[in-house]
Amino acid sequence: MRSEPVVQVQALVKRYGTKTAVDGLDLVAKAGVTAVLGPNGAGKTTTVETCEGYRKPDSGTVRVLGLDPVRQSRQLNPRIGVMLQSGGVYSGARADEMLRHVAQLHAHPLDVDALIERLGLGSCGRTTYRRLSGGQQQRLALAMAVVGRPELVFLDEPTAGLDPQARHATWDLVRDLRADGVSVILTTHHMDEAEQLADDVAIIDAGRVVAQGSPEQLCRGGAENTLRFSGRPGLDVGSLLKALPADCTAAELTPGSYRVGGKVDPQLLATVTSWCAQHGVMPEKISVERHTLEDVFLELTGKELRS
Amino acid sequence: MTAGTAGTTGTYAPRPGAAPLPRMIGAQAALETKMLLRNGEQLLLTVVIPTLLLVLFSSVDIVDTGAGEAVDFLTPGVLALAVMSTAFTGQAIATGFERRYGVLKRLASSPLPRWGLMAAKTLAVLVTEVLQIVLLTVIAFALGWSPHGNPFAVLLLLVLGTAAFSGLGLLMAGTLKAEATLGAANLVFLLLLVGGGVIVPLDKFPAGAQDVLGLLPISALSDGLRDVLQHGAGMPWGNLGILGVWAVVGLAAAGKFFRWE
Repeated sequence: MRSEPVVQVQALVKRYGTKTAVDGLDLVAKAGVTAVLGPNGAGKTTTVETCEGYRKPDSGTVRVLGLDPVRQSRQLNPRIGVMLQSGGVYSGARADEMLRHVAQLHAHPLDVDALIERLGLGSCGRTTYRRLSGGQQQRLALAMAVVGRPELVFLDEPTAGLDPQARHATWDLVRDLRADGVSVILTTHHMDEAEQLADDVAIIDAGRVVAQGSPEQLCRGGAENTLRFSGRPGLDVGSLLKALPADCTAAELTPGSYRVGGKVDPQLLATVTSWCAQHGVMPEKISVERHTLEDVFLELTGKELRS
Repeated sequence: MTAGTAGTTGTYAPRPGAAPLPRMIGAQAALETKMLLRNGEQLLLTVVIPTLLLVLFSSVDIVDTGAGEAVDFLTPGVLALAVMSTAFTGQAIATGFERRYGVLKRLASSPLPRWGLMAAKTLAVLVTEVLQIVLLTVIAFALGWSPHGNPFAVLLLLVLGTAAFSGLGLLMAGTLKAEATLGAANLVFLLLLVGGGVIVPLDKFPAGAQDVLGLLPISALSDGLRDVLQHGAGMPWGNLGILGVWAVVGLAAAGKFFRWE
């Protein structure tokens, strides 16, 4: 895999009228799968569409595969694949017809029949685009993004509105693309999608990147984790707190049910169990809760992802 | 749907590249033409209405078409109408909805350059016009049409008319909402059908109105075609001039104001 970034966005600003959609955004995406995660209206689509050459930055610079997406679109377009959030197909065209057409615009396209089979588009038959189901329309748009054998694929909410089966088929295709050396930038507001697919996650809120890293790094670094256990009611929580590292919390939530908050690592677990041993407590139902990207997001922005 | 294959098979390994330009434009023009011919409303405008008007008014004496055979008066007008229906009305409506449904947007990120898309659209319009003209000419001959004049002048009128109507159609499609374009393009079609010398001679209108109506692209085209085909005139420079001005103004405005999404 190439080591230089596939996408480099520096201090991007994009306004629509008086509304600032993207507000000084910096993003570096390396080869692999990068998920751009954020609530609706965070600036995900604007950022991606600037990379695709649809929008001209008000300020800042955008480079995709080292090229300017607006001024060097002739060189860039054959090398990227684009899946729009919706539409993009003649309402009177059949799925296979449109896919074959896009394939014809490329020098070395994928085998169209195999792609139709792979994405379950064969059942569309002679149905025209406007009468396809939402899921079929989504899968056709995905197929159109990859058929030209691009180096880099942009997928704008590729699984929005898909049933679980179709969603997994999409995930499988993204994994295969990655395995074959295709880089993918995808926007999503499903954290499980980002956790499942992405090498790198950029969390966007109010037009800025508020955190970036691998899903593991973000979950470890951003949020504190929780350890729960049950014991006899009325334990001396203050004494437990003294035994713990300084930045931890401890509380009895309901009688006999305790919660310890902090960086939960093997050392902390040992500290808690040895305190229990000293106080003649048999801790039961010990559980460690790893924070999800959703928790990280809540912590960073104070907002629900699916708002 | 098949499950994902584990590991690298190389199926999707990048191998990017644009197809040769002629192939892209050819494929695009073929698809655009196919979409147009598949669309029922478009066929109504481009084929059914011109054919019906030609047959009906040639065989039934409803409109006073002046001296000579009705078909000799009507055929040039209906040919002008056919050009307008495809280059203006049909193209405006189709392009308006392509813009609305993100087709133009999606194609803008494909290897096909924007000018290539416009060239393909023009080709699709020309192919459709050739089919229309062949059909209408065959019907006109069956109705006893006897054309005169210089075929080169006819060709020039048709080309300039196409350019003028394309510019205006694209201007409308690229600036108005798709529904507004649909309504307005049909309305303009109807108004120009009545007031543009297609089936009703312009001299049936009051003198003041005639001067204004004569400057419309449809009047210039139908009048120019009639001068040549019915009366055997040479180059109808006046009408060619009017069409030329519309073409330049329309295409320049479309180029400046067209919004791709």
